[in-house]
Amino acid sequence: MQTNILKGKLDLEKHGPLFALVVLFILSSIASPYFLQTRNILNILRQVSYTGIIALGMTFVIISGGIDLSVGSMTALIGGLVIMALNYFGGGIMAIIIAILFGLLLGMFLGAINGLIITKGKVAPFIVTLGTMAIYRSFTLYVSNAGEFRSTSNLYPKLGMGYFLGIPIPVWLFFGLAALFGVILNSTRYGRYVCAVGSNERVARYSAINVDRVRLIAYIIVGFTVAVSAILMSSRLNSLSSSNAGVNYELDAIAAVIIGGTAMTGGVGSMSGTVIGAIILGIINNMLNMLGVSPYLQGTVKGLVIIGAVLIQRKKA
Amino acid sequence: MKPDQVLVKTVGISKSFSGVTVLDNINVEILQGEILGIIGENGAGKSTFIKILNGTYTPSEGRVFFAGSPVHIRDTSVAKRLGISTIPQEFNLINHLSVYENIFLGKELVKGNRLLDKQQMKEKTSELLRELDTDIPPDAKLQDLSVAQKQMVEIAKAIAYDSRLLIMDEPTTVLTQHEIDILFNLMQRLKEKGVTIIYISHKLREVKRICDRVIILRDGQFISLDPTDALDEQEMARRMVGRELTQIFPPKIQPQANAVLQVRNLSVSGLLHDISFDLRKGEILGFSGLIGAGRTELAEALIGIHPITSGQIMINGKTQVISSPIDAVNNGIAYLSEDRQGTGVLTSFDVASNVTLVSLNEYCKPLIDRKKEKAQTEEYIKAFNIRTPSTRTLLEYLSGGNQQKVSLAKSLDPKPEIFIIDEPTRGIDVNAKKEVYYFIHELVKTGISCILISSEMEEILGLCNRVVVMREGRVTGILEADEMSEAEIMFYATGLKEGA
Repeated sequence: MQTNILKGKLDLEKHGPLFALVVLFILSSIASPYFLQTRNILNILRQVSYTGIIALGMTFVIISGGIDLSVGSMTALIGGLVIMALNYFGGGIMAIIIAILFGLLLGMFLGAINGLIITKGKVAPFIVTLGTMAIYRSFTLYVSNAGEFRSTSNLYPKLGMGYFLGIPIPVWLFFGLAALFGVILNSTRYGRYVCAVGSNERVARYSAINVDRVRLIAYIIVGFTVAVSAILMSSRLNSLSSSNAGVNYELDAIAAVIIGGTAMTGGVGSMSGTVIGAIILGIINNMLNMLGVSPYLQGTVKGLVIIGAVLIQRKKA
Repeated sequence: MKPDQVLVKTVGISKSFSGVTVLDNINVEILQGEILGIIGENGAGKSTFIKILNGTYTPSEGRVFFAGSPVHIRDTSVAKRLGISTIPQEFNLINHLSVYENIFLGKELVKGNRLLDKQQMKEKTSELLRELDTDIPPDAKLQDLSVAQKQMVEIAKAIAYDSRLLIMDEPTTVLTQHEIDILFNLMQRLKEKGVTIIYISHKLREVKRICDRVIILRDGQFISLDPTDALDEQEMARRMVGRELTQIFPPKIQPQANAVLQVRNLSVSGLLHDISFDLRKGEILGFSGLIGAGRTELAEALIGIHPITSGQIMINGKTQVISSPIDAVNNGIAYLSEDRQGTGVLTSFDVASNVTLVSLNEYCKPLIDRKKEKAQTEEYIKAFNIRTPSTRTLLEYLSGGNQQKVSLAKSLDPKPEIFIIDEPTRGIDVNAKKEVYYFIHELVKTGISCILISSEMEEILGLCNRVVVMREGRVTGILEADEMSEAEIMFYATGLKEGA
């Protein structure tokens, strides 16, 4: 009897975000006839995929007990430098491949810088990434003279604009990476270790886990996801604004993770939750637009949803 | 006031925590102006007794009379108002405040305009410190002081308020002989002024020297209250431990002659000094000592938590560098922590994930083989009789004893050769203890060598082939089976005897 009650409670905890998504989906379908149109749904998914991909990496960082505030600035820096690399190599198919590889490596490198200062320098993640957030943005502005990075390639936009089987490429990547990371989190040694480190670092250390390495890898992973997102975004517009690109991405990414049920204190979380969290945020934005709510008020709603999600988490604990 | 007037009288004081009685029916009279020693083994109830007097705990039963009238000391502020102050075992000072700010914390002196009267506070602090014969400047920040200086500040803080009863819990552990002499002088002067002092110490020689009378507690029971003149130190030690061994121990197995672990001149800066010992194959080697002797620190040094500053560790005759728990596991050393939730198990993980946490590599190919994980965990659940609904139940839903068994399974799953067990029976009942003893016996039968850290003498004597006694980060004696007795161990642990 008691185990049944326990199970019921656990299930509600586990599927809370999914439940919220379903409710939101039904409400939206009733509120607007356009909501359920395929084009609108694909549009929402495409919009959430940029910060959603970053949120996937962020999930590892937050479960490990950390945070990364630098992802927005990092997006701009990587996107800008990828375009510069692309132009340098001439804009052909080889140039695109080289620029993408360069971007991915750069992302992992920038993530590693965060991770190394946090683990070797023993500085709080909040402080380190607050610092690099300023540094990465300032460097982006400096390189572009506060202007725009413009690609000269005709081929590059095909990546960000393209479709595969009727679904936008960023959406494929979002779900593909979510599936891959889900397996890593749930079924590999690394995933188990991330949870262990986040739930009790001392126990993890006594249990022969290389705590520093686990945390460092989490920041490298988020750097990688930032690079994927930066490449997709710069490719979609074939250009990138040094001052506007990636602004508030850290907010959206962290919000998606938290709404998805990952504990801000670390230790527990899920990839599917993060995907759901990102989509919830996307639907809310979409509905506010369709209902004609001022875009300036959308931030208020987002803020309320984040705080609400954490309040619910607190109640459960 | 007459010198022999009773200041504190306890009538039938008892204290229990979740059903476990830690202090049982204590009736004592503490006289005005005496220095009263309280001695006993770890867990004898000394700290509980004084925590009842200073309002940290309220007694489960019994009453306290202070200066003739019944009092209900429900919290520390009541104790303060009565004039009871405590010099705690652990410092209660704020590191980034200055000496005088610490001394007057919560009792700041103010001028007529409500601003702090720093000048007067500093002067008073200087006065207090002069009385203690130390030259600590009142302006110094606490964090810049040595441990001994901090102790002096703590003492100054306690006597800054006009105390009638001053409780000192192990105040001399960090002091040098010179500082101890100053402290004893001061205690003498306070006594002449009519202040009553309760003095808790493991150092019997000091108790003999400074105290007028001494209370001996054992397992929460009152054993005796006698003038210190009537007891010698040996008798004190005997009364502290005197117990019959009950038949709950498995037969001892003779270990093999070869050493699996040899520790030579091992030191850890500030914690351990020049530790040497051998662990033979199939041996249960006991580690005895009082709290703060450095036994857990030694275990942590052996598994690479504390960096070793000098000395070497040899395993099966080969010198090994162990600089992290990963190295320890690779060298076949496992550790069962005394601090289960702090360093032992993850309460937010399920049973199976805890069991395989250290040995996870064995379950990866490269994805975690959940079937194998489950099967192995089920074996442990059967072998150790772990009560859990399933292998995937979160540990926070299990009782303390069952969590302890999961912790045990987790340590043993990597198949260690050397198993360090730190206080495995703390806070569990006699039957569970017996289970643990027979379990260790079975382990040794399979050829695992054990280091058993325990504060329970009975356990050390009943299980171990030999015992290493530690005191203040050093090995003071290694006793062979025929030399082992409670009194003998206590002599080495308290510093009455030294040298193997």
